[in-house]
Amino acid sequence: MTGMVKTARALVAVAALAFSATAFAAEGEAPHIEKQQWSFSGPFGTYDRAQLQRGFKIYKEVCSSCHALKFVAFRNLAQPGGPGFTEEEAKVIAAEYTVTDGPNDEGDMYERPAVLADHFPSPFPNEQAARAANGGAYPPDFSLLAKARAAHRGFPAFVFDAFTQYQEQGPDYIYALLTGYEEEAPEGVEVPAGQYYNPHFLAGKTLAMAPPLSDELVEYTDGTPMTVDQYARDVSAFMMWAAEPKLEERKKIGFRVMAFLVIFGSLLYFTKQKIWRKVDH
Amino acid sequence: MAGHSNYVPQSAAAKWLESRLPVISLIRGSFVDFPTPKNLNYWWTFGGILFMVLIAQILTGVVLVMHYTPSTANAFASVEHIMRDVNFGWLLRYLHANGASMFFIAVYIHIFRGMYYGSYKAPREISWILGVIIFLIMMATAFMGYVLPWGQMSFWGATVITNLFSAIPLVGEEIRTWLWGGFSVDNPTLNRFFSLHYLLPFMIFGVVLLHVWAFHTTGNNNPTGVQPKTKQDTIPFHPYYTVKDLFAIVVFLILFAWFAFYVPNYMGHPDNYTEANPLVTPAHIVPEWYFLPFYAILRAIPDKLGGVIAMFGSIAVLFVLPWLDTSKVRSGTFRPLFKQFFWIFGAVCIGLGYLGSQPAEGIYVILSRILTAYYFAHFLIILPLLGFLEKPKPLPASISEAVLGAGQPAGAVAGPQTK
Repeated sequence: MTGMVKTARALVAVAALAFSATAFAAEGEAPHIEKQQWSFSGPFGTYDRAQLQRGFKIYKEVCSSCHALKFVAFRNLAQPGGPGFTEEEAKVIAAEYTVTDGPNDEGDMYERPAVLADHFPSPFPNEQAARAANGGAYPPDFSLLAKARAAHRGFPAFVFDAFTQYQEQGPDYIYALLTGYEEEAPEGVEVPAGQYYNPHFLAGKTLAMAPPLSDELVEYTDGTPMTVDQYARDVSAFMMWAAEPKLEERKKIGFRVMAFLVIFGSLLYFTKQKIWRKVDH
Repeated sequence: MAGHSNYVPQSAAAKWLESRLPVISLIRGSFVDFPTPKNLNYWWTFGGILFMVLIAQILTGVVLVMHYTPSTANAFASVEHIMRDVNFGWLLRYLHANGASMFFIAVYIHIFRGMYYGSYKAPREISWILGVIIFLIMMATAFMGYVLPWGQMSFWGATVITNLFSAIPLVGEEIRTWLWGGFSVDNPTLNRFFSLHYLLPFMIFGVVLLHVWAFHTTGNNNPTGVQPKTKQDTIPFHPYYTVKDLFAIVVFLILFAWFAFYVPNYMGHPDNYTEANPLVTPAHIVPEWYFLPFYAILRAIPDKLGGVIAMFGSIAVLFVLPWLDTSKVRSGTFRPLFKQFFWIFGAVCIGLGYLGSQPAEGIYVILSRILTAYYFAHFLIILPLLGFLEKPKPLPASISEAVLGAGQPAGAVAGPQTK
């Protein structure tokens, strides 16, 4: 048996060598995304309430003019594991939005202030309207973006990701994109009219979104620095919460499940040893 | 099966039932008193692990269906409803999605264990063939399940795979239209995939029972490959293997929980969190990881029909494996040459998996062709020849001799197991 394990190890090592050579060849074009520090990473990660509230403020004042957030409801703002608004605060936030309801008894659609049960209204009535207003580009919905975007990790990084619990590719990418705009495109890269150069963009070198953030753009009242870097971190964290609102509950239950399984498994192991003691096998 | 039990009903109720339907002695004969080789190592626990995963998939799946909406307009949103609004919906979905990956991790280990120890050889050919059938239905089930969330990879994966059928000469186009229920992957396709995704696991369950019936008729193989000869070679399934399997299941559940709770999206593709859009094709369409070796074989052949034949052939060849391996010796433990080719074959399969995840261009295509050729050569050339060329090591006279033999470690032992 030890022979079997040894051979397996040797083969894995050989395979690793062979594939790392080809992996280098493949990396050429993919943007390199730096890992950032996030409060919600790791087995005990939790969202930073203040950061989510700041991120929400950025979404509300900047991003929401183009990007929808259709799977998030106002009630979610007051849910445990979220930005930590009170129900009253969430009601006030909702009331600032207008949603279309109806038809009423006369058969007409009408507008009313949003309530907790409503989802965030979209800035455009449909995709065509969004494209028409944005030079043909469609600003994607924010609800799942932090899970829908990830730079290609390649071999062997993706193997280690399973062990280090790296699941923050989305916010890392969003942060890199928001802070990665460059005024001057390098020679050879053509920037079409209405496009902006950003080497971190996954789907090309230029994109239709102008740099959305600038220093002092959004007012922070808690003394947090009002810089593009801080804004980008905060809105990325907010988007992670929007995409994965049950993250805290998941990790909390996960630890209990793990602890149970390890203890139960250990007891079973000793039970098994006792039962098998008299058997030569 | 029932014949292995010397159960005598004691209570009046048991006597009444047993004389009408001998189900108690059937269960006791199969899972309590069943004589099992005493030298099974931890690689043999994956059968029990697979049964657990199948049950877990069915249970989580049945509850998910209570909240899922199979329509192109609402499927994606209904999955988000499960993730956000349903109590523990996120848990059910992550368990189910990662459960599919766990199912394939376990089944690949189970298959390779069978290959290493020659479990497919006479008299266990039927067990092996039923196993390959289970594997095929599993693949169909997993593929259709991946379509249900109606994300970008769902849609484009379904488009690529169903388009394969159009390669069939003369009737290919008609078959594809029939599969789609229309002229593209659309609502009828989603609905039939949903229906079949619910049906097939129960068919798997049925074939699993046949699979167990078959190897309970022949008896388990074991790491020496030598048939049990005396009563000293076997022990009753319960409590020995019930406790060992249960321990292995809990260890496997730790791996399962690691993925479901801590890296739930590791096995998935980020594009599947974007709703399906027939007008936008993803840059790289890749299947789930467990299909990658077959995807690499498909793309290795420059001709579409040829690729489809090679892909299905790579599984079809497993059906005749019992007759391709000409060696009289079952267990790889006693086959020095086979052992090396076995590990090379394992590495080739992993290599094909890697190549399946890469774009079909340049060096990747060339490597895919080499490894695809080797994959088939392993079954069609190497295994048939090895039986004649190889000089196997002497076999132990019995399991007991192998276990007690001159202070040697007992057979092949995988885990933390004392002698």
